Amino acid sequence: MKQLDYLDELEAEAIHILREVAGQFEKPALLFSGGKDSITLVRLAEKAFRPGKFPFPLVHIDTGHNFEETITYRDNMIKRIGEKLIVGHVQDDIDAGRVVEQKGKNASRNQLQTVTLLNTIAKHQFDACIGGARRDEEKARAKERIFSVRDEFGQWDPKRQRPELWNIYNGKIHKGENVRVFPISNWTELDVWNYIRREKIELPTIYFAHERDVITRNGQLMAASPFLNMDDEDVVERRNVRFRTVGDMTCTAAVESYAFEIDNIIDEISASRVSERGARMDDKVSEAAMEDRKKGGYF
Amino acid sequence: MNILKFLTAGSVDDGKSTLIGRLLYDSGAILVDQLEALQASNRKNDDGTIDLAILTDGLKAEREQGITIDVAYKYFQTDKRKFIIADTPGHIQYTRNMVTGASNAGLAIILIDARKGVIEQTIRHSFLVSLLGLPQVVVCVNKMDMVDYDEAVFNKIVSDYKVLAGKVGLKNVAYIPVSALKGDNIVHPSERMTWFKGSSLLPYLEAVEIPTDTLTEHARFPVQWVVRPQTEELHDYRGYAGRVSSGSFRVNDKVTVLPSGFTSTISKIELLDSEPEAAISGMSVTIHLEDEIDISRGDTLVSAKNKPHVSQLIEADLCWMDTKALDTTHTYFLQHNSKLTRCRIQEILYKVNINTLEQEFVEDFKLNDIGRIVVKTADPLAFDLYQDNKANGGAILIDSRTNVTVGALMFRANAD
Repeated sequence: MKQLDYLDELEAEAIHILREVAGQFEKPALLFSGGKDSITLVRLAEKAFRPGKFPFPLVHIDTGHNFEETITYRDNMIKRIGEKLIVGHVQDDIDAGRVVEQKGKNASRNQLQTVTLLNTIAKHQFDACIGGARRDEEKARAKERIFSVRDEFGQWDPKRQRPELWNIYNGKIHKGENVRVFPISNWTELDVWNYIRREKIELPTIYFAHERDVITRNGQLMAASPFLNMDDEDVVERRNVRFRTVGDMTCTAAVESYAFEIDNIIDEISASRVSERGARMDDKVSEAAMEDRKKGGYF
Repeated sequence: MNILKFLTAGSVDDGKSTLIGRLLYDSGAILVDQLEALQASNRKNDDGTIDLAILTDGLKAEREQGITIDVAYKYFQTDKRKFIIADTPGHIQYTRNMVTGASNAGLAIILIDARKGVIEQTIRHSFLVSLLGLPQVVVCVNKMDMVDYDEAVFNKIVSDYKVLAGKVGLKNVAYIPVSALKGDNIVHPSERMTWFKGSSLLPYLEAVEIPTDTLTEHARFPVQWVVRPQTEELHDYRGYAGRVSSGSFRVNDKVTVLPSGFTSTISKIELLDSEPEAAISGMSVTIHLEDEIDISRGDTLVSAKNKPHVSQLIEADLCWMDTKALDTTHTYFLQHNSKLTRCRIQEILYKVNINTLEQEFVEDFKLNDIGRIVVKTADPLAFDLYQDNKANGGAILIDSRTNVTVGALMFRANAD
């Protein structure tokens, strides 16, 4: 019997998972960061539910330190698809004293996001949050389920995850619990890019090579911005760069690149010598950084 | 290019993690910063080479203990195929993990230590692979470097395994002698085993055609979601969204809705902006029918020519996955694709001793036990027998008190 092409199979699986979320949960939400993975999820949601409306809003946890291009992209996209957007602002939690901003040269708001995320979930009583995480991204994610049950504190206990058999997803939870769902768990970074190319999905411009003021920090290129704590030691240079992943401006490193078009990017990635999350300063903190953050309720 | 998902069955000491690490490393799937982390870590082999097993140990506790506890998924691709590895622990206390990892795999690599040959664990792994219906097995006889790459050792293990394969019902088995540590026959053909004329592991995995077990006339479409925009311009639009689990559907096909039994004809198949003539196994689409019938999530559309069983009393194989033992007085949830119903285990027919393959007649079912039971469901299920159609023959049991998945069911006979 004919087998589907791998991108078709991955796409069909993701659509199937999204529809399971719609069928099993009362108040799901799609976590949208403006990065290529969550943008891909939006396209998959269109394929899963059109011509009906999405059975969930998009939720953006805004640290206030985003690339301007990401915010612009987000707002244009919402206008185009006509779906609901809810924004949780980390700044609100800082102002209210619920979280304390990090200090020092390597300060970032990445870890503060967790608090805002949990507060937003509690406020709207979301019972399932769909996200674009993939298993190939990082060691702790390799064992993540597609339906990942979190307790009321958003905590993840790796020793108590439910077995996931066949294509059957058990989303049953108690009140106050929450499930994170990852429809593109089986997609690699390259799969996402090939899908974006095939579907002609538009991305924020920062993914493509452009000129930018950068400084070198811990051997990586960081965008010079008002959010980054810079001092006289940091030398600002203008370089041709692109961003492989999109976190905050304070924790996302750029790579030197002349890949202006998607074909160039795919070539660069295929020959790439540094894994996608290698450019994320937040993972480098310790060997078990991601695992510790997931136990604390991070996405 | 398509996807091959395969299971690796072996134990800590068989060198399984090293084998996977070698596959990833030699095929160029390891990237520089992962390599740097490898070299920076403390784990080295006795001869000073990098311990490749570290590539597959993802969680802290495991890294500390040096063994894998859960099912880990690793991804790599060559220019011929995309691979998903389901790496599961080999120890008997993690039987449920292997059952989980095997449930979706098209192929299993069963690892045998050349010094030990077929052992109790091999029997257990082979039984599980057969139970879960994996259509293809590759037996990798590892650590050939420790038996001087001796052909006679390999041949003896092959002939012993053939006996076992016959006993557990495994029909498609390939055999490859390897050394994961030294890299023999993993990616490149071994210069130290020129007596072996078969393919090395990676080229084999790239080329193997997975025999399909599903009868192609078994057209099955479990309905997940009903698309009803109810806007002014699409007031009457009603589409049934789901994923074809087996067989295929074409426009104008006559279909039956189960369990109600109503019939209709497919008027349209949709996938966003396209309207394909047919939807084949694995495709997620939206199906429109000519008649307005009451269909909801949990119903199944099937080919009118070839229908599944519809029943509330089913004989099935069960793998128990919870630390709390099975309670035959307790009402569990049963989830069969998108259908959720209550159920009770009416009778335990027998348990299988998975080390000896003998049937035991017992009253209890504990963690990792496997056996044959009869389940009674509150709602009728539209199912196929697992051995005929895996996608429509499996289900899970959920404990309503904890919401945890406590069992895996494979339907073997209609007990009605």
